[in-house]
Amino acid sequence: MREFMQSFLQKVTSNRRVLLLGYVLLFVALAVLPFLLSNTVGRTWVRILDFALIYAMLALGLNIVVGFAGLLDLGYIAFYAVGAYTWALLASPQFDLHLPFWAILPIGAGMAALFGVLLGAPTLRLRGDYLAIVTLGFGEIIRIFLNNLDRPINVTNGPIGINKIDPISIGGADLTRTHEWLGISFSGVHIYYYLLLALLILTIVMCVRLENSRIGRAWLAIREDELAAQAMGINTRNIKLLAFALGASFGGIAGGLFASLQGFVSPESFGLLESIMVLCMVVLGGMGHVYGVLLGALLLTVLPEILRSTASPVQRALFGDVYVDPEALRMLLFGLALILVMLVRPSGLWPAPKRRVALDQDSSRD
Amino acid sequence: MALLELQKINKNFGGVQALHNVSLTIEGGEIYGLIGPNGAGKTTLFNVITGVYSPSSGGVEFNGESLVGRKPHQVAISGIARTFQNIRLFQKMTVLENVMIGTHANTSTGPIGAIFNTKSARSEEKLIRVQSRAWLDYVGILSQADNLAKNLSYGDQRRLEIARALAMKPKLLALDEPAAGMNATETDELKLLIRRIRSDGVSILLIEHDVKLIMNLCDRVAVLDYGQKIAEDVPNLVRRDPNVIQAYLGGELP
Repeated sequence: MREFMQSFLQKVTSNRRVLLLGYVLLFVALAVLPFLLSNTVGRTWVRILDFALIYAMLALGLNIVVGFAGLLDLGYIAFYAVGAYTWALLASPQFDLHLPFWAILPIGAGMAALFGVLLGAPTLRLRGDYLAIVTLGFGEIIRIFLNNLDRPINVTNGPIGINKIDPISIGGADLTRTHEWLGISFSGVHIYYYLLLALLILTIVMCVRLENSRIGRAWLAIREDELAAQAMGINTRNIKLLAFALGASFGGIAGGLFASLQGFVSPESFGLLESIMVLCMVVLGGMGHVYGVLLGALLLTVLPEILRSTASPVQRALFGDVYVDPEALRMLLFGLALILVMLVRPSGLWPAPKRRVALDQDSSRD
Repeated sequence: MALLELQKINKNFGGVQALHNVSLTIEGGEIYGLIGPNGAGKTTLFNVITGVYSPSSGGVEFNGESLVGRKPHQVAISGIARTFQNIRLFQKMTVLENVMIGTHANTSTGPIGAIFNTKSARSEEKLIRVQSRAWLDYVGILSQADNLAKNLSYGDQRRLEIARALAMKPKLLALDEPAAGMNATETDELKLLIRRIRSDGVSILLIEHDVKLIMNLCDRVAVLDYGQKIAEDVPNLVRRDPNVIQAYLGGELP
């Protein structure tokens, strides 16, 4: 069956015209998706989709560090926080700064990259568990800083967070409001969907190109064998720092977009659980495989929401009352799913093709 | 002028003196052998040359510049490529990708070039591919290009390690026990390959347990015992050196 599927896929993808048609269909489907959702299950779902796209961007950034370079980072959400707070401070009544988005996004990416290097530099000698512990600490330090930076000078408003953050606006048009264009009315979440989709596609292209480049190969080499990589003339220090900085800058951009979409940031959005969640997206989807990570991110943001909206009504219909809190059920099923995937598909739902070949051969050898 | 010159290298690990005043020179175009009983300090010396360890005292000069204090990747860039005693390939990458990594130091595409897929990045990538396939052909495993490195046979993994090192275009190729675990046929093929590499202008430093191979192949041989160089000469003289016989057999031959 799998062989049949593979040969079928090979035939389909080797034919240029069919491939092009596939892309066009995918593009159209993605374009009408938000309208389909808002007309059937409601506009909230477009918003959920928006967040799924942001998380996908975040997961792709983490994939550079964890998947490509093999550096286990448990504090990745800190870069998301840096990006979000950079946006919040530069475009809100907090300091009465209202910079345009095209200025803040690069600043946010740059700030996150700087923090990425700050984390990377002292941890260059660490690997595996030890690196995980240090990065975990780093993530918490950033969150605690944000939580306490309201004294002696109020910068972040502490636990209260920053409110009334500017949305993205182009030519004075606020993108979170409804706009009419060609007779179709686009609400804010719709416009953000297209914006985020475009940025995500850009991110995917960047990730794929990096992976298949000299730099990407150097990352993989470090992941596979650091000593051998050094013997090949790879400056492992610089290449690792580059992975930290690039991964972090993707996180920073995702954070800025999150702040502008949400209109509000507070430290509690950037806890350890969020870091773990993004890491789960990477691991569950297929570490080191761009499309696998994408799948992981979409599944782990959309499925819990479906569960949240259906768990209570289904229980009421079946048993007449709500016995299990949907939130508790979510963590229960999440844990179960994680264990199942690790048992059945240890390299993720959609691992990199090469890696899968290797693992299949491993299992057939046993 | 000598290609590689070691001057009175000492290396201590705590109280253990692994290398004691070792001096030797490797000339350009030469196959230089390094032998010695187990624990004699061969691999330590190898690691000092390749920058994995820095010597406690003494100097390493390669191609006219000092290598002391340089990191392994800097030593590699300056022109010494190495293989490992226990093969260290990038297991989950393809055979071709392994060799492509060998070209890292001689190529220059950075993250910006990669992201924008610039013209120079594309042409460099193409060149890397062509060159890497040529190196695979050179060592005779081109047909395996798309396999994963870990799925190669033992002999082919050794060949791949050599191809990967050659892709760095080194002046000196340092081989750490390349014949270990090989059968007689594979060893013979390896001998031919090493001769061919030398005739293409790369000097070779060979560490081996297989004394027969060393004596057959090398222009000059040094013998280490307990961290000291006890002999250095052409194979035929080293073979008859009483110190060497003492070290290997524990006494004079009758």
